[in-house]
Amino acid sequence: MRAVIAEDSVLLRVGLVKVLEAVGFEVAAAVGDATELLAAVEEHRPKVVVADVRMPPGFHDEGVKAAMVIRRQWPDTAVLLLSQFVEERYAADLLSTNTSGVGYLLKQRVANVDDFVEALQRVAEGGTALDPEVVAQLLVRRHRDPLEKLTPRERDVLALMAEGRSNAAIAASLVVSDSAVAKHINSILTKLDLPPAEDSHRRVMAVLRFLEVG
Amino acid sequence: MPSTTLRRALVRSLRRAPWSPEVRRDVRFTAAGIPQALPIWLAVTDSKLLFPLLAVLLLLTRPLTALQRGRLRALYGVEIPRPRPLSGRRMLLLGMTWRQTLHHLLVGPLLAAAALAVLYAWGAGLVLATLYGWIWLMPPGTALRSDLAGQDVWLTLIGVVLLLGAHWPMASIARLEAWAAKWLLGPDRAEALERRVEEIAESRAGLVDAVDAERRRIERDLHDGAQQRLTSLAMNLGLARRTLKDVPPEVMQVIVDAHEEAQAAIDELRDLVRGLHPAVLEDRGLDAALSGIAARAPLPVRLDVDLSEPIAPTVEAVAYFTVSEALTNVAKHARAGRVDLSVRAAGGRLRLVISDDGVGGADAARGTGLTGLRKRAASVDGTLSVLSPLGGPTTITVELPCAL
Repeated sequence: MRAVIAEDSVLLRVGLVKVLEAVGFEVAAAVGDATELLAAVEEHRPKVVVADVRMPPGFHDEGVKAAMVIRRQWPDTAVLLLSQFVEERYAADLLSTNTSGVGYLLKQRVANVDDFVEALQRVAEGGTALDPEVVAQLLVRRHRDPLEKLTPRERDVLALMAEGRSNAAIAASLVVSDSAVAKHINSILTKLDLPPAEDSHRRVMAVLRFLEVG
Repeated sequence: MPSTTLRRALVRSLRRAPWSPEVRRDVRFTAAGIPQALPIWLAVTDSKLLFPLLAVLLLLTRPLTALQRGRLRALYGVEIPRPRPLSGRRMLLLGMTWRQTLHHLLVGPLLAAAALAVLYAWGAGLVLATLYGWIWLMPPGTALRSDLAGQDVWLTLIGVVLLLGAHWPMASIARLEAWAAKWLLGPDRAEALERRVEEIAESRAGLVDAVDAERRRIERDLHDGAQQRLTSLAMNLGLARRTLKDVPPEVMQVIVDAHEEAQAAIDELRDLVRGLHPAVLEDRGLDAALSGIAARAPLPVRLDVDLSEPIAPTVEAVAYFTVSEALTNVAKHARAGRVDLSVRAAGGRLRLVISDDGVGGADAARGTGLTGLRKRAASVDGTLSVLSPLGGPTTITVELPCAL
């Protein structure tokens, strides 16, 4: 799979290239700012883009803006954003068009190569990857009554669902059986009045729509 | 005490030589005060002039005061702080204007008269000290010669004393004038104190800002340096862990341990940086930063933020750390099930209300955590109040000014 990397820190850019190549991506370009990123995407039409949120020249939210452009102009290109800190607004902007093939992770997550690669592959294949801290913040901000009806365990499951995890991954993470997870999810969907859905990103979309991000 | 200052000044002036630069300065300074006193002296001789003069003085109080302040600064090196400017009717009602008029009408002319007297004394001293010269110049048989006979020694002596000693009263007059100007032309005590408080508040705000700026700089340095390097190191170790296949298990164990350590170091450094100055606060403001703290709190937090007014960055930082510490305190002591956090800016005040459903009994006088919060709030002129009956619930209210 072809990938393009945009990261202004040379150290991290080199590291990302190494990691992506080691797990079978073909890194078509590794650039240092948003303008170069858009040019590289236009030229190479990659399957996935890994981009830093803060990049030259403004060091503000250039990565998010570029991601929005990419999602609109080249919907087949998935985008995984890396950020120094969690900002719900960025996640909301990113997810506002289409929740498939997008990810938003804290930059430090790249240190755990296995988890990072798993999230990257999920995004590249059209799934979703949200940082647990993003999900936690989204839950803090939305305190509508239906969420209050959830048990703590159901909130945990909801958070993992919102991160874009599969049932099996949720079961492994909470150390419960697959069927228990399925039961929790059904209960959450019922309590939140969400229609049952098949694949994971639609579930995430449903959850996020409920959280008023979408 | 002004009287001791005055006494000390008198003693100092007695030790001065009559030809020293200080004496020349005293003369220049006091003599320059004489022209302004002339119309007053004139008015004293003719009572018809008194009332018009008083009216003119009242009208010209401020320019005259400015003139005197200028004279003190330029010729005597004494800076009299400018009193707060007033306008219209209030000028007449306030003591400040009357004090200034008192100076221009009474103190100034009296001291100028004294200065003039000293100048005369010098002149007389010069004539008397050179008495023998004058006598010698006069033709023999002049009446003066016989008149002075027998007194010439004394008169010469008096002249020498006047020449060598007149600068002592001159120095005293100059000192007295500077001292009187300070009390009559400068701001009164209340105003001086007010001004001092303003200066202190300003310098404290500057200090708080400087500390804040320093924290930001360290945060930025750590982010651009150590954090990037550590992340890169951890990535390399993670990659080695993932891709190296044919290594002995003990070598792999070392790599795994190093990778875990590097990740732990990244987490610790991130916490440290967040404690210094969180980047999200700088980039996205208080609202966004509060979500982060609420989400990381070990217990459920309901967040209600309305920041429709602009808030100074330093105040934002104080608010952020106040909330952060308050939530840590709740988690540590309150045994609470949930926290409600309300942050609102209205009417130039930023109001933080942190309430939990815990066991209560928090005492701002004893708990070090609450003392720290109070000091933090006080650093920007904010206040903290705690309502925490035994058995709970606890509500902490912090009010901060939006602007410093």
